[in-house]
Amino acid sequence: MKKTTVIVGLGSCGIAAGAGKTFSEFQRIKGADKLDFELKKTSCVGMCFREPLVEIIDDSGTYLYGQVDPAKADEIIEKHIKNFSPIPEYIVHSEKFPSADQSFFEGQVKIALRNCGHMDPENIDEYESRNGYAAIRKIADNYLKPDQVIQMVIDSGLRGRGGGGFSTGMKWKFARNYDAPQKYVICNADEGDPGAFMDRSILEGDPHGVLEGMIICGYAIGASEGYIYCRAEYPLAIKRLNIAIEQARQKGYLGKNLFGIEHFNFDIKIKEGAGAFVCGEETALIASIEGRRGMPRRRPPFPAQSGLWNSPTNINNVETFVNIPWIIFTGPQAYAAMGTEKSKGTKVFALTGKIKHGGLVEVPMGISIKDIIYNLGGGIAGGKKFKAVQLGGPSGGCVPEYLSHTQVDYDSVNATGAIMGSGGMVVMDETTCVVDIARFFLDFTQKESCGKCTFCRIGTKRMLEILTRITEGEGHEGDIELLEELAHNIKDGSLCGLGQTAPNPVLTTIKYFRNEYEAHIRDKKCPALSCKKLLTYTVDQEKCTGCMSCTKGCTVDAIEGGKREPHFILQDICIKCGACYTKCKFGAIQLS
Amino acid sequence: MSTKQILEKFEPRRENLLMILHALQDNHPQHYLTEEALGETAKHLKLTKSSVYGVATYYSMFSLKPRGKFVIRVCVSAVCELMKGQEVIGHLENVLGIKSGETTPCGTFTLEIAECLGQCQEAPSMMINEKVFNHLDEQKIRKVITEYRKW
Ligand SMILES: Cc1cc2nc3c(=O)[nH]c(=O)nc-3n(C[C@H](O)[C@H](O)[C@H](O)COP(=O)(O)O)c2cc1C
Ligand code: FES
Repeated sequence: MKKTTVIVGLGSCGIAAGAGKTFSEFQRIKGADKLDFELKKTSCVGMCFREPLVEIIDDSGTYLYGQVDPAKADEIIEKHIKNFSPIPEYIVHSEKFPSADQSFFEGQVKIALRNCGHMDPENIDEYESRNGYAAIRKIADNYLKPDQVIQMVIDSGLRGRGGGGFSTGMKWKFARNYDAPQKYVICNADEGDPGAFMDRSILEGDPHGVLEGMIICGYAIGASEGYIYCRAEYPLAIKRLNIAIEQARQKGYLGKNLFGIEHFNFDIKIKEGAGAFVCGEETALIASIEGRRGMPRRRPPFPAQSGLWNSPTNINNVETFVNIPWIIFTGPQAYAAMGTEKSKGTKVFALTGKIKHGGLVEVPMGISIKDIIYNLGGGIAGGKKFKAVQLGGPSGGCVPEYLSHTQVDYDSVNATGAIMGSGGMVVMDETTCVVDIARFFLDFTQKESCGKCTFCRIGTKRMLEILTRITEGEGHEGDIELLEELAHNIKDGSLCGLGQTAPNPVLTTIKYFRNEYEAHIRDKKCPALSCKKLLTYTVDQEKCTGCMSCTKGCTVDAIEGGKREPHFILQDICIKCGACYTKCKFGAIQLS
Repeated sequence: MSTKQILEKFEPRRENLLMILHALQDNHPQHYLTEEALGETAKHLKLTKSSVYGVATYYSMFSLKPRGKFVIRVCVSAVCELMKGQEVIGHLENVLGIKSGETTPCGTFTLEIAECLGQCQEAPSMMINEKVFNHLDEQKIRKVITEYRKW
């Protein structure tokens, strides 16, 4: 009989949901009751809405349990492990027991996420048992030349997953073609787009996959040093990368004359960021690695020609790198067989916002936004109506419900005015005000502007002021046109992608929801009933029980009425803070 | 550890500047970079004091002001805002009795705002030092802070 294995998901999302306690509970009872099962750790499988997740593998099959707190852990041990009787109510995924959540996995094709949630990221042997370091071995064993490797990457059709979507193979070719005594490979792990967390999940779940991708790149372009620039907000990712690098060095996978290839030397260092979004831009990132202020510079020269310390440098995103070993090992044709004509393979999307099943999904390029949101994501949370989705974070745009049949591939998404970006999907429902959302994103880029370009520095500030004014009911005629004019000037007058794309959320919301802007400006109304300053709060006399909880919550004493008497709100005192609305347990406070 | 001991761990090359500043800041019980530390760093790397200062002030995670034992960084980026993150700051301000950007008089907590922490799936989020807290509401905030107060 096969030994039962219990695997607890310990990504930073799982840990925040209490997976550490769950793990300890399994450990404790295993010891106390002298149980003979193997207890292992893994990272996140993407099903963040059901963390902490515990997978049990035994003779009869594989069972994924969701939201396992210590109490549930006890029950699972008692029933499933000791008495071989799985608990269907807690199972979120298993061939044996259909669950309401299983649609989350249907239609997913896992390549970049192939190892996430399926192995212990701190154990190199587990990575190797899943074809890890087999791609670089294939290169060595078959004496594949760097140019052949590059051709394979070109043939796969892989495009950069960091936002730009440039052909990865072509980029490698440029870097290879520059002759220089020293070249560098950089992995961009500065993921900062609000709404994106796939790079974190990959780093926490499959650090060796990223290292192997970088090693292959080093071989292909002729570089002997690699850097991973990781944001300091990801301490667990940094810890696991450090462990992975140490293990790879010990096994001789990093160092000198690697994999029996003479003169192929490659080693990797980690550099931590320090909280500057613009350092995700490649030239700013290079400045930051060099120990300077992370400000972008003009391109050309591109990093492939003159990058880190003026040497030819190839820089790719985490998700781009983790795809490489799979492509080399399985063959470029298998990758190119998925997706659309111009966008090959699969893409990871981060589902957030007003969606039922928030988490990470990986799907072939070309499926529709609607399929992702409804089939995998389970639709909108709380039975509300789907309004729009923000694609591509602060550089991207808002795609309205009626365009949700749009396919996810670089070109179709661009046609809507949004961008694929890093793959963040922030879902909005009918209660979300799009003007407000555009303001949040612009607030972000405005704060993160490095200040080098005047239009980006001052223009975004002026746009933000106008948007704030509009959401507070102080907008006036001509504001929309002014926003559009500023937007175009900022796009034209900025050096790097930050300024060039910062106005996108505003431009797309104006394009698709101009009427909502006009309602704010002309009628001083927020159609989504979200902008607080534009609402009127009243008490529904039928529903009010006179419990006084709103009165106590009101900081300006705008609510009158004694105990067990219906209350009313004095409109000229009310500051529209919404405290009464949150406090009332009977739904008696009405918004209009 | 003394500033000197920390500096000795790093080769005197400019590329190590950010790592040095992180190490110095983490080492200080008040999680900040003292003027002395910046000066020593400049000497170690043979840089001008102004260029070290320029780097230290450019990055939002470095602080030149003393901070509390626990630095709370609350995400105010779009997804967290959409998921009612604005209220998180308010609740924390109430519980701690300080405004964002301030440190409690006892020196235990500093409240700061931060941009996306990469935990958007479970928004709203915050970090206390290196630990992540998701799905925040008033009740959870009170519980977490009460626990940290015991330390
Ligand atoms: C403001 C700004 C922020 C960026 N942030 C990131 C990031 O966090 N991660 C990333 O991989 N690329 C980011 N990029 C894109 C990089 O400049 C670069 O194109 C990318 O790392 C190249 O990798 P790829 O070809 O694999 O996509 C950013 C670009 C800009 C303009
Ligand atoms: S937006 Fe708050 S964690 Fe990403």
